[in-house]
Amino acid sequence: MLEVINLTCVRGTRLLFKNLNFTASPSELIELRGPNGSGKTSLLRILCGLSSPAAGQVNWNGKNIRSLGEEYFGAVAYLAHQNAVKDELSAIENLRISTGVAGNPLNKSQAREVLERIGLSDRESLPARVLSAGQRRRLALACLLTSKATFWILDEVLTSLDDEAVKLSREFISEHLKNGGLAVIATHQDLNLLAERVKRIEL
Amino acid sequence: MRAPSLQSMFGWVLWRDLILAWRHRADVLATLFFFVIVTSLFPLGIGPEPQTLQTIAPGIVWVAALLASMLSLGRIFGNDYQDGTLEQLLLTRQPAYLVVLAKILAHWLVSEVPLVLMAPVLGLQFGLSQNSLLIVVVSLLLGTPVLSLIGSIGAALTLGLRAANVLVALLVLPLYIPVLIFGTGAIQSTVNGTATQPWLLLLGATLILAFVFAPWATSAALKISVE
Repeated sequence: MLEVINLTCVRGTRLLFKNLNFTASPSELIELRGPNGSGKTSLLRILCGLSSPAAGQVNWNGKNIRSLGEEYFGAVAYLAHQNAVKDELSAIENLRISTGVAGNPLNKSQAREVLERIGLSDRESLPARVLSAGQRRRLALACLLTSKATFWILDEVLTSLDDEAVKLSREFISEHLKNGGLAVIATHQDLNLLAERVKRIEL
Repeated sequence: MRAPSLQSMFGWVLWRDLILAWRHRADVLATLFFFVIVTSLFPLGIGPEPQTLQTIAPGIVWVAALLASMLSLGRIFGNDYQDGTLEQLLLTRQPAYLVVLAKILAHWLVSEVPLVLMAPVLGLQFGLSQNSLLIVVVSLLLGTPVLSLIGSIGAALTLGLRAANVLVALLVLPLYIPVLIFGTGAIQSTVNGTATQPWLLLLGATLILAFVFAPWATSAALKISVE
């Protein structure tokens, strides 16, 4: 359960947003909208605890995320603008290492299954350097899929994905919400998700 | 669901950095070659007089090790910062202290251990005795982890800055001075025939101090840098 209370964000000398309040409960999707530079990414970074807000606070299950620390990080999966994919590693190494580091290690066959599901099975041993932008995004999505986090924070999740991958990611997100997960998604496109409860926030 | 152990997450971070270093082995070798070349130029420039060489050997070996380790500091966090993996590392269930410690350990294994192994061979050029060569290795073994630990603070503080390399040198080199003094003192004592143990104990104490405080300071600096 997420509560955002009177959140204010200042970048440099610019006020991005002020007194933002919203809550999100399990199975709820928050769609974050707004023009470029309106502070969507800044808000997401505050939500995952990477940045601190100028004022206000974010509560997770009634406790400030600042005091929860690692306990909160374990419940959060953040898909950033950057894919966090290592060029030097192959697709399967990238997946196995990032899941291992996050504490959900996969063995080789499990990792292959995930890559197959995301449509990268014939690319698994190629270094990520030679993958296309869309394929790298798919790889980042694969890491998200394997996380056991209940709270997904997704920044422009559909960027550079083709129609098939967009359809896939819609399925994943719907499935996550159906299983009692929570998601905050910054997007410019319509997600058309079959979520029961959707809240839209304009920045 | 069984909670994954912190040791296994620590292991994955270490493994990850070692694989990445292996894929960039040219960078690692550059550090080692720098160390070899700097230490070899001195005997050539100063001349073959054993007395002089033995006197300057400790200082040269240690200063070269200091500068060589500076060269590789940018790699501890630099690439991970650029491709966004550093954020993901900080957003895991394990404390940032452990992530940082694993990365420092990887840096030490990759960039410093080869110098320690190479040092006795280079020491031969200075006409050091067998006992002195042993102390060269022991003092480097105790001192180089301190270089990685302290260096990581500077590397974390200067992440994403434009003149990062120059700034790291300015920040970190003054902090290396105690290690330099204790390390050269240890080797010098074997040449002069005075007690070596106090110097090694001091180096060990510095190592313990750095081990406790540096990862903590580095993780605080990282959190500021990624914000």
